[in-house]
Amino acid sequence: MRVADLVVRFGSRTVLDGLALEAKTGALTAVLGPNGAGKTTLIRCCTDLIRPSAGTVTVLGLPVSSRMLAGRIGLMPQSAGSWSGIRTVELLRYLAGLYANPLPVPALIERLGLTDCAKTPYRRLSGGQQQAVNLAGALVGRPELVFLDEPTAGMDPHARRATWLLLRELRANGVTMLLTTHAMDEAEALADQVFIVDRGRVAISGTVRQLTKSGGSLESVFLTHTRARATS
Amino acid sequence: MTTLDLSPAPAPAPPARRIIRHGFIEARLLIRNAEQLLLALVIPLAILIAGRFASSSIGNLDLLGPSVLALAVWSSAFTSVAISTAFERRYGVLERLATTPLGKSGLLAGKALAVIMIMFGQLVILAGAALGLGWRPTFTPLSAGLAVILVILAAATFVCLGLLLAGRLRAETTLGLANLIYVVLVIGGALIIPLGRYPAALRPVIEMLPTAALGEGLRAAANGQLLGWPVLVLLAWLLAAGLAAWKGFRWTS
Repeated sequence: MRVADLVVRFGSRTVLDGLALEAKTGALTAVLGPNGAGKTTLIRCCTDLIRPSAGTVTVLGLPVSSRMLAGRIGLMPQSAGSWSGIRTVELLRYLAGLYANPLPVPALIERLGLTDCAKTPYRRLSGGQQQAVNLAGALVGRPELVFLDEPTAGMDPHARRATWLLLRELRANGVTMLLTTHAMDEAEALADQVFIVDRGRVAISGTVRQLTKSGGSLESVFLTHTRARATS
Repeated sequence: MTTLDLSPAPAPAPPARRIIRHGFIEARLLIRNAEQLLLALVIPLAILIAGRFASSSIGNLDLLGPSVLALAVWSSAFTSVAISTAFERRYGVLERLATTPLGKSGLLAGKALAVIMIMFGQLVILAGAALGLGWRPTFTPLSAGLAVILVILAAATFVCLGLLLAGRLRAETTLGLANLIYVVLVIGGALIIPLGRYPAALRPVIEMLPTAALGEGLRAAANGQLLGWPVLVLLAWLLAAGLAAWKGFRWTS
């Protein structure tokens, strides 16, 4: 997946300002950045939900608007991504029904530790359980490329580790992943390549080893290359 | 722990299956929602019964029967669609589904199927209740055909208007505004109150409303009469609302 000179403007506000990056096939690419840096907008451009003002997005070798991409991408959005009243098993069965070769829903539910809440309406799930359902929804169609927008936000340490294990298994099976995160330890543990984004541009990129070769932590590299957003 | 084959094997299900699955899940979720059921069935039934057993300015059953059917179309195609879509946009449901094989066009087709299923159920129940209460419509084959055309045009127009609200405004704003518009046009839009009961000075304005076109058109059709102007009014609204929704709808919040 390749993004070149991507510009997105909402009115007078420039959210992406010439962003360029490449996510290698079969690798896990992490995009780090402060709130408002443009991470979610980047994913929305890569999933054809936002048309950029300028630049190109190529996904699985095709223009992002191509109909040939139908079903080849999985998305775990940052927001719920689910109807509030639907039950876990109901949502996953519905999503699986949109694909010809989906993962078996009962096995997926068990793998993500959702067996006890399979019949619970989405709104009554804990934050971590909701994230697990969202992840299951992104994977049920057996995609080639998965976009994960802060996949472990709200998860307890056990659930985070289980998710990391699953993401490693996906990579070992040849699935390409692009994830955004605020968790430096997550990027260190998982990412083959890291892009640190600030104010709509890539500030620095490389492997974790390359970025930290001067002895600092990934967090110190992040703090050096990004600026905090003013908070009220 | 169960072993899952996580190797990529993406392939979409056939288009018709995707759309049917979506239509059924949306319809099921709408039926489960008590507030939507209130709009879809309880209020129309209450109006029907009140009109039958109490002296009402709305009119006798000859007028009330088609009026309540028009009300059902209005509630399902506009209010329910606006509110449910606004929350789907806010919760990221649209965002997720647009990237599945369903896609944007499949999502809209599935939504249309859900509205058709809900409306069909409503029309059967409400028409049955009205007949049970003594409604004896005098449709002719031509007027029945015109009534079907009016319902289709009106439903499509209302869905476009609902999507326009849901695609531009915050979910809470859509919730409030859609309910407000529902009530205002039920009372002031000649949907259930015949146009002739409004002050003469207001009639030229009211008859330009899509609710008036549906209400008046159905009332006339149920009495075997054919009115042409409601079709023209609805076509104009459908064109304008369709274009506005197409240009203005946003998939993400």
